[in-house]
Amino acid sequence: MSVQGLIRMGDNTLVLGQRVSEWCGHAPALEEDIALANTALDLIGQTQLWLGLAAEREGKGRTADTLAYHRDAWDFRNLLVVEQPNRDFGVTMMRQFLFDAWHLEALKALTEHEDAEIAAIAQKSVKEVTYHRERSSDTVIALGDGTEESHERMQAALDRLWPYVGEMFSTDEDDLMDVSALRPAFDAYLETVLAEATLSRPDSDFAHMGGKTGARHTEHLGHMLATMQVLPRSHPDATW
Amino acid sequence: MVTTRASVEEVWTWLAAIPDPEIPVISLVDLGIIRNVQWLDDTLEVTVTPTYSGCPATSIINMEIETALHAKGIENLSLKRQIAPPWTTDWMTDTGKAKLESYGIAPPQPAGGPKRCPRCQSSQVEKISQFGSTPCKAQWRCTDCLEPFDYFKCI
Repeated sequence: MSVQGLIRMGDNTLVLGQRVSEWCGHAPALEEDIALANTALDLIGQTQLWLGLAAEREGKGRTADTLAYHRDAWDFRNLLVVEQPNRDFGVTMMRQFLFDAWHLEALKALTEHEDAEIAAIAQKSVKEVTYHRERSSDTVIALGDGTEESHERMQAALDRLWPYVGEMFSTDEDDLMDVSALRPAFDAYLETVLAEATLSRPDSDFAHMGGKTGARHTEHLGHMLATMQVLPRSHPDATW
Repeated sequence: MVTTRASVEEVWTWLAAIPDPEIPVISLVDLGIIRNVQWLDDTLEVTVTPTYSGCPATSIINMEIETALHAKGIENLSLKRQIAPPWTTDWMTDTGKAKLESYGIAPPQPAGGPKRCPRCQSSQVEKISQFGSTPCKAQWRCTDCLEPFDYFKCI
């Protein structure tokens, strides 16, 4: 069982949870603000489970908190898509939709994992993520099939984020499962939602790689971590 | 020295008196998050499952249990976190559901939305947002009495 595989799951939810929480107090409507904060909360809760188990299995005395706050960008193993900046609400929701669609398939597969603790975390998370995917799909459809302005922005968001989709299905022995096997289910779901949202899937399947292996994160991750980690790094002995 | 140890049944009645910190109208037992109570030698073990994995009330709930049981004279207490099987609103008691409704929160329904407005009982209701003031709730509105209300999500 790979500790790296657990860290990958936990880093995805940590980085996206932090990104989404940046909207707190800034979202376009009160309901959206609350929904985004709730989604971020679920993701951070899942992070505690994944990174907690990773730290325990690693057995070097680290905890979920030390993994989150005392690693630098090159030690993070999240997908590139989740570290992309929020930009406008459309980009944020498109990023959420693409990740949710992958995440739900990954968690469903992990509910059957031979390691009981991994299966337990997946069973807990799958309920929350089913809800996340429902909401992000509804929003992508509403904005894609909305006004001319919202449609254009959603298509631009999809075009911008599409080169980060391929990495979600690249796999190696560190993964908790063969994630490449999730692609057909992802594609089928994507096709249904994009059709309803009147959006077009980009032609090129060129994919940026390097987030989940740590080889090449985008510049955005370091800036995000600087904000996220400043307090525990400035006051390493603080407890709360 | 042999002292009279609280029975497991007695501990359950104590736990049934601890209010949920976010929705104080229902108890921790009504919510269905207390999964087991047992004595292991002279240590009382209480098994608790979280509602949502990131729910900030989880740590407060553990503190409330510790405080309440220490006040009842329990000295050695062990709180066990259990995440599988995951919490479901099916574990909420019928008393809990009735208390929620009279408090103004529509109880969870398998159909996925509230059966009726908790204020005027009209079935003419619509969703405002899939999320509400806590991770476990969504916002709905009654189109008859026009009042917004919380709906306890069914998971």
